[in-house]
Amino acid sequence: MSELVVELSLALGPRTLWASLRSQSRAIALVGASGAGKSTLLRVVAGVGRRVPGTVSFDGVTWQDEAGTFLPPWRRRVGWVPQDSVLFPHLSVRQNLGYAARLDLAPIAELLGITKLLDRYPRNLSGGERQRVSLGRAMAAAPRLLLLDEPFAALDRPLRAQLGEALSGWAAAHGAALLVVSHDPHDVAALANEVWELRNAHLHQPPTNLLASPRF
Amino acid sequence: MQLEVGSAIRLSLAVGLAAALLGLVPALAAAWALARRQFAGKSLLTALVMAPLVLPPVVTGLLMLRLFGRATSIGHVLEQAGLPVTFSILGAILVAFVVAFPIYVMTIRAAFEAIDPRYEEVSLSLGKPPLETFRRITLPLAFPGIAAGFVLAFARGLGEFGATAIIAGNIEGRTRTIALAVYALLDGPGDDPRLLQLVLASLTLSLASLVGFEALNRWQRRRLEVDV
Repeated sequence: MSELVVELSLALGPRTLWASLRSQSRAIALVGASGAGKSTLLRVVAGVGRRVPGTVSFDGVTWQDEAGTFLPPWRRRVGWVPQDSVLFPHLSVRQNLGYAARLDLAPIAELLGITKLLDRYPRNLSGGERQRVSLGRAMAAAPRLLLLDEPFAALDRPLRAQLGEALSGWAAAHGAALLVVSHDPHDVAALANEVWELRNAHLHQPPTNLLASPRF
Repeated sequence: MQLEVGSAIRLSLAVGLAAALLGLVPALAAAWALARRQFAGKSLLTALVMAPLVLPPVVTGLLMLRLFGRATSIGHVLEQAGLPVTFSILGAILVAFVVAFPIYVMTIRAAFEAIDPRYEEVSLSLGKPPLETFRRITLPLAFPGIAAGFVLAFARGLGEFGATAIIAGNIEGRTRTIALAVYALLDGPGDDPRLLQLVLASLTLSLASLVGFEALNRWQRRRLEVDV
């Protein structure tokens, strides 16, 4: 059975964040105030950066636990999309997309509307274009879990809605689960069917009317 | 005095180039470890790598003599293997390698540190193990900085004098580099045309190296630019 389990204690400056999440949803959103630790949590699930104590498992495979198990990031089959894209500057869009590709690039480029950008370099892209290329690079690697940090932050409203729908459909078709960090209630509604909130240094599963809450 | 300007220039170029080539892999390894890893003894490693930068070259030469001299076990083994360090071009190359190593490492370390570690993290998360990530992301992004380090190490090796004189001596055609040839000519008449030729050669090579270093540094900065 598909399941994401996260049991971590994360030091965030002077605070400690207690993250306890167990979900069988294939599309989870993480929300919360700026600085609450959402991006750090995504990094830990991706397995990058400094190791933190705790347990992470996905689809029955332990990625890390208290006994010392640690599956390195290159064996987790995740597609981590950091907030500000982080495209490889020495590679063209086509090379970025193909960097770890297991899937055909053309349909992904088409889906994200970046077909015309393939021969450009990251320095010649707008913020929104970079975000879409970064997303495409992660999708092309055929991840089992897509970790998206504010994936549409640099895009305008109509494009966000269109891409949200397209990405959800693509993830379902390719068996990829989504863990999305977002401030935007529309993105959350478009991408996730389960919402967890980081509040007071703990993860909570908020009531279903959270999308109408002033926290957004 | 028997002294051929062409030979001194050729020897200097050979010594500088060989030292820069010899130092490339160790400098890459040391620079990467210092830029990207946290480990016990990092400060000690930094101090050891940087020591030749602050030690008087004569002291460096003396220490190397104690390590590689004919009377030492390392020196003896190398001599038996047909690789004598003292009074040989190999000694001059080793000296140039040692004195150039700190700036080699410093330059490459700066290039590694200028690379946002998230490029490497993204590559790892995309399924590329550390060595492949280093080969496909870190190395190409740092390439101009590595080349700048090579050029600077070459230039530093080119100009070494004190330690070279102690280890390799000042033997015409074998170890007499530009710096040693200039020193040898100082004993003679000041208007010896060879002196001017050597000074001009030294200036030209050094300035050309520094211009190359600057150009490579600019290329390094441009390579990492995302917004223009």
